[in-house]
Amino acid sequence: MLAYTIKRIGLGLLILIGVMFAMYAAVFIVPGNPARAALGPRATQEMIDRLTREMGLDQPYLVQVYNFFVNVLSGNLGIDVISNRPVATEIWEVLPNTLILCLVGLGWATLLAIPLGCLAVLKRGTWVDRAASLLSVSVISLPYYVVAIYALLIFAVQLNWLPAIGDGDPGDIGSQIRALILPAFAIGFTWVGYLARLVRASMLDVMGEPHIRTARAFGVPEWKIVTKYGLRIALIPTLSLLAVSLGGLISSAVFVEVIFSRPGIGKLVTAAVNLRNYPVVMGTVLVMTGIYVTLTIAADLLIARIDPRIRDAFRGA
Amino acid sequence: MPSGVLEILKRVTRDPLGLLGLVLVVIVIGAALFADAISPYDPARIDVLNKLQGPSAAHWLGTDQLGRDTLSRIIHGARVAMGIAVFSIGIGAFIGLILGILAGYGPRWLDAVLIFFFDSLSAIPLILFALTVIVILGPGTGTLIFVIALISIPVYGRLVRAQTLSLRRSEFILAEQSMGASLPRIVGIHLLPNVLGPLVILVSMDIPTVVALEAALSYLGLGVKPPTPSWGTILNDGYVSLRTNPSLVIAAGIPLVIATLGFTFFGEALRDALDPKLKGRRAS
Repeated sequence: MLAYTIKRIGLGLLILIGVMFAMYAAVFIVPGNPARAALGPRATQEMIDRLTREMGLDQPYLVQVYNFFVNVLSGNLGIDVISNRPVATEIWEVLPNTLILCLVGLGWATLLAIPLGCLAVLKRGTWVDRAASLLSVSVISLPYYVVAIYALLIFAVQLNWLPAIGDGDPGDIGSQIRALILPAFAIGFTWVGYLARLVRASMLDVMGEPHIRTARAFGVPEWKIVTKYGLRIALIPTLSLLAVSLGGLISSAVFVEVIFSRPGIGKLVTAAVNLRNYPVVMGTVLVMTGIYVTLTIAADLLIARIDPRIRDAFRGA
Repeated sequence: MPSGVLEILKRVTRDPLGLLGLVLVVIVIGAALFADAISPYDPARIDVLNKLQGPSAAHWLGTDQLGRDTLSRIIHGARVAMGIAVFSIGIGAFIGLILGILAGYGPRWLDAVLIFFFDSLSAIPLILFALTVIVILGPGTGTLIFVIALISIPVYGRLVRAQTLSLRRSEFILAEQSMGASLPRIVGIHLLPNVLGPLVILVSMDIPTVVALEAALSYLGLGVKPPTPSWGTILNDGYVSLRTNPSLVIAAGIPLVIATLGFTFFGEALRDALDPKLKGRRAS
């Protein structure tokens, strides 16, 4: 287990370093000075020179890469060229908001999808199964931002039940929860279908195995077999696929935040892209990639802990 | 490959959802191909006197904030969406095919390097990756195609690699090798046709994702530039006038729903028709 853990973490770190290198190199591949791009067409040469010095762009490339790595490792992601505040602080301020949104969105989707998947397996081949799978496919393919905008139009603008924008008043938990409902609904929507499908598919794989057959022979009721023996094993592949797809969750959070004007990573980064604010974009991408890589490693380790076959397979490779 | 496109279509349409998918796909592709002929108006014609109108006999889906006909813009948006999808997926699939075969059939170190490349590319959350490239290259249709192609390379590359790996140990390839067949012959005549089938299925199932991504980035003003009509920019126009004229945003969502559902239903039925073994699998 230890060898597997070290190898898995090492690979994750290597990927992160690769991403950092690629992003830093990309800025230099493009013609033009990033400082000039950040300041816009009306900047004077003096302003550009000053920012170039501040960003360390006048130093040799390798020195810059070295500085970049040292800074990132010490938690310094550079300075926002527009607001002049540290990028790390800006990210830290809005990150919890985004994480809460992702967690609540994924949470309600999971709570609904697992029973739906079980139901489809219990009633497999019947209209219930077909209806559940039709629902899953439709829900997966619908773009979440269209869902978000339609939900906004119906529940916030027409019915006026829930707030259309923002994340609620500071200190007022009730208004914050109300502001969370629509965005979390929009984010989780796709996942209901995705997860229900995963649970159903991985459970159907399990249902043919000998221990299930034995349980059936003992007269254990079908619903108990599905929930107690089937679900437990089916959760392993579900968990691993879930981890791989977490990047999609972050991506949908970006758009949902923009649509609902909800402070968070998505709003921060899209505003920065429009202003060509390099440090903020790079910092955000780095932090989110770091979180994503960490989560996939955690999921892999968890799966290896639950399922010894996987770490054995890795040792043999 | 099963014989004949007609036979495949027959099998796809036997599934009611497949038939529905095919109909929707034909509508979208038809709109893209014959946009100029079927649009009631010029999509760029500005008519400020009739701005932000609801649906009427003259404008079936109403008009936007510049008085442009929404239906005409949506029809022309189909051309933009399909064009970008075909180009970007085509480039991505082509490069993915080459890299996948290289990884699967080449030396082990090359396989390791390419797998690392695929893993790194897909380690960045998709939208953030797209935003990074856009901030560096600047927004526009070219950047959009480049980003989508780049994102899809690992997906196709991995599939082709897995197929190639399992094929290179199969008996007919080993037999060819022992008879001294040349490398181009093995790759071109034996590997390629066997790899293409699954690749086509994956590509057809990727179209809704790419259409949704193009509209998403255009919605943010980071994809197709106005005045070119994209479903994403129309949706954003509708979002801006959500309170004054909700019919615009409702209309703008419909083509996205039609296209994504249509291509998904069609892709699923196509997969079941071509390769029952893959049933239940899906591109994520």
